[in-house]
Amino acid sequence: MSSAQAPAHRERTTTIPAVIARVVLLGAVLAVVAFTVPIAVAQKQWMWLVVMLLAAVAIFVVYSTKRFIPGKYLLPGTLFLAVFLITPIVLTIGYSFTNFGDGTRGTKEQAIEQIVANSVQQTDDSTWYNMSVAVEPGGDPAAGPFTLLLVDPASGEVLAGDAETSLEPVPASDVTVTSGFVTAAKDYEVLDARQVNTAYKALQELAVPVDDTSAVRVQGANQAFVGTTALSYDEASDTITNAATGETYTVGKVGDSEYFVGADGKRAFSQSWLQGVGGENYLRLFTNGAIAKQFGAAFVWTLVFALGSVLLTFVVGFALALVLNDERMKGRRLYRSVLLLPYAVPGFISLLVWSSFYNKDFGLINETLGLSLNWMGDPTLAKAAVLLTNLWMGFPYMFIVSTGALQAIPNDVMEAARMDGANRLQTTVKVVTPLLLVAVSPLLVASFAFNFNNFNAIQLLTEGGPFLPGEYTRGGTDILISMIYRIAFGGSGADFGFASAVSVALFALTGILAAIQFRFTNVLEDVN
Amino acid sequence: MSTPPTSVTQQRRLPFGRWFAEIGWRHVVGILAVLFAIFPILFVVSASLNPLGTVSSTGIIPKSFSLVHYRELISGARGPFLTWYLNTIIVCVVVAVVQVFLSTLAAYAFSRFRFAGRRIGLLSLLLIMMFPSVLAMIAVYTMISGLGQIFPGLGLNSLPGYIVVLLGGSLGQVWLIKGFFDTVPRELDEAAIIDGASHWQVFSRILLPTLTPILATTVLLALVGVLSEFLLGSIFLTANDKKTLAVGLYGLLSGDRSNNLGVFAAGSVMIMIPVIVLYQFLQRYIVGGSTAGAVKG
Repeated sequence: MSSAQAPAHRERTTTIPAVIARVVLLGAVLAVVAFTVPIAVAQKQWMWLVVMLLAAVAIFVVYSTKRFIPGKYLLPGTLFLAVFLITPIVLTIGYSFTNFGDGTRGTKEQAIEQIVANSVQQTDDSTWYNMSVAVEPGGDPAAGPFTLLLVDPASGEVLAGDAETSLEPVPASDVTVTSGFVTAAKDYEVLDARQVNTAYKALQELAVPVDDTSAVRVQGANQAFVGTTALSYDEASDTITNAATGETYTVGKVGDSEYFVGADGKRAFSQSWLQGVGGENYLRLFTNGAIAKQFGAAFVWTLVFALGSVLLTFVVGFALALVLNDERMKGRRLYRSVLLLPYAVPGFISLLVWSSFYNKDFGLINETLGLSLNWMGDPTLAKAAVLLTNLWMGFPYMFIVSTGALQAIPNDVMEAARMDGANRLQTTVKVVTPLLLVAVSPLLVASFAFNFNNFNAIQLLTEGGPFLPGEYTRGGTDILISMIYRIAFGGSGADFGFASAVSVALFALTGILAAIQFRFTNVLEDVN
Repeated sequence: MSTPPTSVTQQRRLPFGRWFAEIGWRHVVGILAVLFAIFPILFVVSASLNPLGTVSSTGIIPKSFSLVHYRELISGARGPFLTWYLNTIIVCVVVAVVQVFLSTLAAYAFSRFRFAGRRIGLLSLLLIMMFPSVLAMIAVYTMISGLGQIFPGLGLNSLPGYIVVLLGGSLGQVWLIKGFFDTVPRELDEAAIIDGASHWQVFSRILLPTLTPILATTVLLALVGVLSEFLLGSIFLTANDKKTLAVGLYGLLSGDRSNNLGVFAAGSVMIMIPVIVLYQFLQRYIVGGSTAGAVKG
């Protein structure tokens, strides 16, 4: 970057406060780097190490000399943007070439450990424990991950372990044991009997490894036993063998990912591990008929929804700003305060409240207007409901922005127009509107882009519905992003790899649309 | 703010027909807009006062008056409501102020300097802001859990960690503010530079005061935007004492949507009040064309 500023800048002498500020800033950066680099290395956080060193270099280059004047103003925001927006995008692109998801989060070693631990069978001399189930504070008591807190009835010793950590003794000072069971534990929330009952199915599948050949499994609601594993893993041949039946399982590819498969080539266990899958995710996106077919319909409605939202909110907001910006009007402040109210309501509250308005039997709209429209059951009505709600949520924004822009237009301009004989309407149409459009047109583009991916507006209001009979992947009001969410996260568990591939595709689509918009609104030409 | 006395007397002398054609119809439009804007909010207020707290028993006009839902929230019977409140204030103020300040710095550079990569920078900014962040959440989550291992205070389930993630949108207001910078004549800062001002003095002593009204508007917009942030918060802030109002209240409601409406509505009312008060406060700065004043003065 080079500055083309007036030469006056370069001739200026440096002031003392400026020097002090510069030294303090650069010194602080050095201190932070010196403090964090060893920690980052110790924790093996290589990505953050690189990010921090690059940031420090950037700060030194930009602020240590008097050059790069625009850079001095751009760098602070750019650093945040690069770290928390661009890096996730790059990571997402990376994920899109993997099978990252539920069941493939861990390493191959963890998957093997789980497979082996799951083959535990009760033997005659199994040790039995009194069992309590716990989650980490804030953890989901219905889905886990669960930790088992076990008391050995013979010795009174307390042990803890979960699916990934082997059973280990817990210091007696960290737990409260009441009548042979752990009732409270440091760093854990112990589940009550009802919660254990709710989580029963998940607990049945839990196996806590003890050593290579044995693991703890849950029996009933408050007992657990140590059993021996029927399966064993052989590192040299990379196979799993069942000691009882003599069957051997080898690594083989099923679908996109590698699993342990039997002699027939079918996967023997549901566990897999994180691995690269090349372009498989993209192939699935573009060649799977069912997914591709839904795309067309969703794309059209996404365009209608985004364009409709922008136009409706802007026309209403701008018109109100024009009408209510007359300085002869009394109570303008009151109008503004009241019209801002919808904006003061957090979006998720508005959406949830509005969704209750559309209830067919006792919703406010049907009740007040004496109708019995099935808002959420009819695709067309549901679409109208989405647009109406979005109008209510969005018009105050356009109103505030238009009012702000109207007031930023110098009075001279209006005075000049009036002196030239323009009446109020002519001033508005020919002078004020073009000036205002210049100020807000990038905002309209941004608003379109926002609505194009306005996930909350759909998810919290209609959850994509109504769904036609037999249709699960896309409802009548699903826009592209919420449809993707349903395909990727709904149904058979999280599939982050595929979801990442689809979001990269959607990003590309958004980019193409933006390019078309730029051309259409002449933003490119206006950047000067 | 003070109106010259002559114009006041003129206004009073207008006959009704002329008054209506010039001003009165504006009130008609305004009142219609107000009715549309306000009815869902009246519904929320009414629901918060309805002791039954169900969807079917609530209308726009409160039928009964009871503060039971408010009492329940403030007493902490439904979760640490006051802690959520404090968390929300911290997050909103820090993020909104820093975001607008950094956007203003960048907007100044984009508006007043000519440098290589400027055009590309502006356009890529517009493009990056369009990335569907819902699906980048997985990556952000992984990153923040890693950051927490370096700085324990910046990890998952911490307000600073949540704040820095939201600051990823620091340049989100650049286009808006650049638009407003562009409306301020360049002659103003060129004159100051000839008088010996540095680029920082031009920015802080001339442009910032000129743009105070619009920057106030922008801070408010950013603040409301952060207040409504729900998705990231629900992923990052799972400990009860770290939640923001949006996350905490949604948790309350999602338990039983129709019967917890009363408590939910009471919390919503308490979120809306400070924003309205804030707007009242900022509105003073918004009134009047200060740009014109700066040019004249």
